[in-house]
Amino acid sequence: MWSWVAHRVTGVLIFFFLLVHVLDTALVRVSPEAYNAAIGTYQTPIMGLGEAGLVAAIVFHAFNGIRILLVDFWAQGPRYQKVMLWVVVGLFVVTMAGFLPRHLVNVFTGGH
Amino acid sequence: MTHGTAAVAKVDSPRSPYVRRKTTRGNYELYSWVFMRASGVVLLVLIFGHLFVNLLVGDGVHAIDFGFVAGKWASPLWQVWDLLMLWLAMIHGTNGVRTIINDYATKDATRGILKGLLYLAFAVVVVLGTLVIFTFDPCPPGAPAELLASFCTA
Repeated sequence: MWSWVAHRVTGVLIFFFLLVHVLDTALVRVSPEAYNAAIGTYQTPIMGLGEAGLVAAIVFHAFNGIRILLVDFWAQGPRYQKVMLWVVVGLFVVTMAGFLPRHLVNVFTGGH
Repeated sequence: MTHGTAAVAKVDSPRSPYVRRKTTRGNYELYSWVFMRASGVVLLVLIFGHLFVNLLVGDGVHAIDFGFVAGKWASPLWQVWDLLMLWLAMIHGTNGVRTIINDYATKDATRGILKGLLYLAFAVVVVLGTLVIFTFDPCPPGAPAELLASFCTA
């Protein structure tokens, strides 16, 4: 139930970011200055934390999506759905532990 | 005289044999269910690769500027990668939000308007994104050389 709610919430969040992200990338067709100005706002500390949240949402949605696949297509999937949720949580923690330190160092000390 | 010759009432047989109900709606929802799972697996690879190259390699988010994008799209691999990611993510996301609208917007008018806006956003973003990838000029004339990729001046 809660993994289902979280899957929806993260999905909607990622979708709205995707709309914005295609628009900001489209600025490369306007001018290098326009694109650099837009991407510059992504390099501020506040947006850096936002990116960490976005990546967290994507990582959960991705791993829980694989869990949904296994529940649907693997014969033993429904039986192990609860165990697999804990596997998703574990993989999420490991992935974020790999991503966060490097990203946060880039965000807070990587300015040009 | 009539005793013992009870009329046999004609009664329908209690159960008609199973006949698969003919649906008039087609298999759209089935295909959308399959698509979500198939595209999800591909998107996992595409998006994890995208995040790794753009956020973890080198200076991460600080390395991204016009020249960075020009350098990536100079390679057909990243053009195809980004095009596939754009289309699959937009269809996957639009279909997901469509499901959510169908679940929570109970009034016909509300549901219609929300889905209309959703499909409009889908069309605009997919067309715009596709055009950008195919018409991108990595070395626009008149732009300051220090903002461009090194291969523009070489």
